[in-house]
Amino acid sequence: MMNTSTNDETVLDLAGLSVTLSTGEPVVQQVSLQLDEGEILGIVGESGSGKTTTALALLGYSTRGAEITGGQLRFRGEDLVMDESMRANRGTDISYVPQDPSRSLNPALRISGAIRDVLDAHCDPSRLNEEAVTTALGRVGLVDIQSIGARYPHQLSGGQQQRVAIAMALSCDPAVVVLDEPTTGLDVVTQAKILEELLRLRDERGISMVYVTHDLAVVAQIADRIAVMYAGRIVEQGTAASVLRNPRHPYTRGLLASIPDHIRPRRLEAMPGISVGVGGRPAGCAFAPRCPHSSEACTTELPALVSAGPRHEVRCIHLDETDPAVTRPMRASRPHVEDERAVVLRVEQLAVGHRVGRTEKLAASDISFSIARGECVALVGESGSGKTTIARALSGLHPLSGGRMTLHGQTLPDAAGRRSREQRRQIQLVFQNPASALNPHHTVRDSVARPARLLRNMDSALVRGEVDRLLECVRLQARLADRYPHELSGGERQRVAIARALAAEPDVIVCDEVTSALDVSVQAAVLELLAQLRSDLGLGLLFITHDLGVVANSADRVLVLDAGRICDEGPTAAVLTTPKNPYTERLLAAAPSISVAIEGWATRPAVGATSSVPTGGPGT
Amino acid sequence: MSTIDVTKRTSAGPRREIGKGSRRLWLLRSPEGVLGAVLLGLVLLIALAGPLVAPHPITETIGLPGAPPSAAAPLGTDFLGRDVLSRLLHGGLPVVWLSVATISLTYLIGVSVGMIAGLSRSFVDPILMRSVDLVLVFPPLLLLLLLLYGAGDGTGVLIIGIVLVLFPGVARLVRTATLEVSTTGYIEAAIARGETRLAIMRREVLPNIATSVLADFGVRFSAAVILAASISFLGFGSQPPAANWGLMISENRPILPTNPWGVLAPAILLALMTIGVNLLADGYVKTRTRQR
Repeated sequence: MMNTSTNDETVLDLAGLSVTLSTGEPVVQQVSLQLDEGEILGIVGESGSGKTTTALALLGYSTRGAEITGGQLRFRGEDLVMDESMRANRGTDISYVPQDPSRSLNPALRISGAIRDVLDAHCDPSRLNEEAVTTALGRVGLVDIQSIGARYPHQLSGGQQQRVAIAMALSCDPAVVVLDEPTTGLDVVTQAKILEELLRLRDERGISMVYVTHDLAVVAQIADRIAVMYAGRIVEQGTAASVLRNPRHPYTRGLLASIPDHIRPRRLEAMPGISVGVGGRPAGCAFAPRCPHSSEACTTELPALVSAGPRHEVRCIHLDETDPAVTRPMRASRPHVEDERAVVLRVEQLAVGHRVGRTEKLAASDISFSIARGECVALVGESGSGKTTIARALSGLHPLSGGRMTLHGQTLPDAAGRRSREQRRQIQLVFQNPASALNPHHTVRDSVARPARLLRNMDSALVRGEVDRLLECVRLQARLADRYPHELSGGERQRVAIARALAAEPDVIVCDEVTSALDVSVQAAVLELLAQLRSDLGLGLLFITHDLGVVANSADRVLVLDAGRICDEGPTAAVLTTPKNPYTERLLAAAPSISVAIEGWATRPAVGATSSVPTGGPGT
Repeated sequence: MSTIDVTKRTSAGPRREIGKGSRRLWLLRSPEGVLGAVLLGLVLLIALAGPLVAPHPITETIGLPGAPPSAAAPLGTDFLGRDVLSRLLHGGLPVVWLSVATISLTYLIGVSVGMIAGLSRSFVDPILMRSVDLVLVFPPLLLLLLLLYGAGDGTGVLIIGIVLVLFPGVARLVRTATLEVSTTGYIEAAIARGETRLAIMRREVLPNIATSVLADFGVRFSAAVILAASISFLGFGSQPPAANWGLMISENRPILPTNPWGVLAPAILLALMTIGVNLLADGYVKTRTRQR
């Protein structure tokens, strides 16, 4: 099988992949990718861009209801048919690490049993022994392998589960591993360790990887080449250095401008509109409706991928006219004034816990802070640091184990039922998961109207206009008012949830990881919206998050929470640049920063030099 | 809501035309629903309009006992020589009435107890659920018979007995479904803004647990009908000479060789009724889940 277009180093060559839903809607259109030996290719895209579908197609798999309708896959020069006949190649040639290991590991199997199953299904039977299991687990940097092998998935931490999933994928020595969002849902410290582990595996064993993610900052750290997908097509691809330092497609530029950065904080540029998912994709360039440079021609003809430098292709007809985005300076941070009259919410020595049997286990204790009018205080911590419990206590959903809360100088009872209507009105909560924050059986109008009616005693005749005003306030079209939540996108739902909080005319909004379930471009828009509301309405915000970039972008002051205690606090810039606490330092070091990664590419060698690692590392 | 509301909704939502308006026609949106409605409609028609068109009074003897179908008696005569058709047309009303009364009360009590327990997060939950378990310990028929012996076999006692036997299952199911939704953001938001418990149950919980709760409505309805029929069969509840489908099956066993219709006809109608309700419930759940 001769092919002149790909060189000897190309391990995987995908040409013209198309995946279509059974309804005829295209999911992925004409995607072509090459992967060299020992190379890490990052596929970046927002939800609905077709990145996971592309990743699965590399294993000849399509989810139910979708079908691979075109394209050619070549593995080391050998043509493969992208269907179930690729079963023989899965695991041994190309393997897959799924998105959420906590859901993809069989909860009824011990870890060693799960690995044995993979060996059993994909490897030659002579290698099926206990040693193979321990070798597989040892490869991914897990310690105490014996004990881990004997455990069930729920007895492992998220990071350990992800390592096990990677060990399973590597257990039959594949040449290519496809990783689908392998670090999404892990905290930054664990994420940094997993990324380090992947780089080590690549360097030591020469494994080629396809890394699928929505997070450009992560890709910037790990990938040699980057492919950016939008609406089922690749809009830009090239070496990481070239794409990140000199992005040419307006969408790539928009993405880069939407990523909050804790090292070089800047005002976020939210792209207008929402990401086009599957179905209803516009003709011509799918990005045209959101593009600042779009012209008549963009809406009629599909731009071809054209060269924009060595190994750098862009799908844009206005390639030479687009200017790099101008970085806007940050909004001025409000200086923290110790003025008792400005303080809206004060928390003193707060302790919250969970009852375990007869004893109480404290989730957080000795928490003291205050929020003034128009101030944004960020509460930062990893998962399990007690931040959500604090948010629920402030909202009257969790009993206090100690300490006290005051609202406008008056004591605030811990149970919502014992708070006065005024107090319930003044504190509002916006939840992490917009999918479950809204009652699926209520229209947007019903959901937003309820607090206005209940907490402000608003007359039914006025409510209608008020809902319209609030939707406009969160920049949602009025026609969405009669929709049900399942008809909205994640970003739209989160805006409705914010509108519902605003309907009470609160003084403080507690935002619990409000952007963690959203795409970066939507996150940028929501953060901008909250910043705007804060300055317009004098809203106080308690911003609970694990994302230091978001903190740098939004907060005036930061509280760093470690295992339920505040370990560091102060003005945002001070905490982020000169951390006083080792824990804060660790967090800062682990958090991916797009600007640092881009600067790093200036000093790293070009991709060609790193891709000559021989196949099969030691111990193959 | 008026019809104007419906048309406005559909025209305002071009992206996906599933609104509350189309939801009202759920019955016609699945083959199960249509078939179930037809079957149930047929049985209800017989039960409700039957007494008006019955050719003979239920006690009138029109021929020899156990006579096969003839021109005068299309379904033959029963064990005392009474017209099976007339007794069939009269005998549906008590069955339908009893089924509707018991199943409504069962769900009213079961859903209330389950939701209160599921939302309480206090000592109320274990107290309610352990009392419910206590009822579940007894075999249903034994419990019913004890009750009927002790308190007499009036219709009221019969209804209370059947409800007592059936509601624990509903309560447990509702409690689990309520627990599942009780940690969602919309319930927490409702608690935080100080909604009354009743408003939370009615507005926030009930619509969201309806499909899981109604998933086995058909099975529970059948259980109620079968229990009522078994009681009649054992000689409680409706007493001769009253006409009742369950009682007819029991009475006419001796004439099965000469006129099987005396047993078959009421049995078929009972079967059609339960099948109809089951299909209808399936159709409802199916259309509702499809809309998510």
